[in-house]
Amino acid sequence: MTTNFDLWVYLAASPLLWLTLTIGTFLAAQWIAKRSFYHPVVNPVLITIVVVVLVLRLTGTSYDTYFDGAQFIHFILGPATVALAIPLYRSRQLVKAKALPILASLAIGAPFAMLSATGIAIVLGGAPAIVLALVPKSVTAGIAVGIAGQIGGEPALTAVLVIATGILGAVVVTPLMNALKITDYAARGFAAGLTSHGIGTARAFQVNSVAGTFAGLAMALNGLATAFLAPLIFGFFS
Amino acid sequence: MLFGLFILLACQLAGEIIARSLGLPIPGPVIGIVLLFALLALQGWRQGAASAETGPVAKSADGLLANLGLVFIPAGVGISQNYQLVFDNGLALVAALVISTVLTLIVTVAIFRFVSRLLPGKEAQP
Repeated sequence: MTTNFDLWVYLAASPLLWLTLTIGTFLAAQWIAKRSFYHPVVNPVLITIVVVVLVLRLTGTSYDTYFDGAQFIHFILGPATVALAIPLYRSRQLVKAKALPILASLAIGAPFAMLSATGIAIVLGGAPAIVLALVPKSVTAGIAVGIAGQIGGEPALTAVLVIATGILGAVVVTPLMNALKITDYAARGFAAGLTSHGIGTARAFQVNSVAGTFAGLAMALNGLATAFLAPLIFGFFS
Repeated sequence: MLFGLFILLACQLAGEIIARSLGLPIPGPVIGIVLLFALLALQGWRQGAASAETGPVAKSADGLLANLGLVFIPAGVGISQNYQLVFDNGLALVAALVISTVLTLIVTVAIFRFVSRLLPGKEAQP
């Protein structure tokens, strides 16, 4: 007969427990987000990370043990990133119709997002690890984590900074654009998606479907642009 | 479903092989996006856009993208190993995130509007 303690010793070290906990917590967090009518501050990813970190702390479980189970989810990051080609392909007519404004705001917005964040962090004396983790903060997490790895930033820190940027942009974008009196929903959506990736895109879809479509497009294009630009600008650090 | 997943993985694999064999500093999945887009364009050209937009690859991709948030939780939980770094750089981090996010929104929307206005006749918005 196994005691409760023996059972815990087995479970705590098994991938099954941590994989199930991650998916279960995420489902619960999605339910809470739905109940809040998808308010940007109630972010299921953030809630899940906080809960899982707390559970690991309280049970004295190491990140390595946790990751033995969670790696099966982590692996999906790659194919899920490749999957972004589908919405990009579906938006190809939009790209044709608005090619010039899209290319111009991408060409300036993508490097601006990187350089403004890293510039401010450097001026305020941020450690190099912080500065490099900030580089892909406006990029959708799957690509951002890959970029951080390439240029020598800490992928875990980048993942959290990406989510923070997404929430910030999603909260700020509507009041900001209204204050600037911008009524062009294509432009508003593009700015939201370029700055705040998937979280900004979800917010844009709530406001206006044109804004949402352009936001999704901006998210995919900025992911590509930053992946190509970041190693050129910051590659010499690593 | 399985075929769609196979194509996604194959594009990622090809992307990793290209990135590593050419020594490109670009994540393999990003090259995978470009490869998959090219495949979709080819399929759309040969069999019509509808087949590329709703085929098995699109179905698998939509399934993954619907739960995109889940896949970066394992990486995000790694923040538990970086508490000290975050606390020591709290001000720089918060300032960089807030100011850069607001400025990036303004700069991007301004350029988009500016270039749209340069193109007469194509402008439907006020």
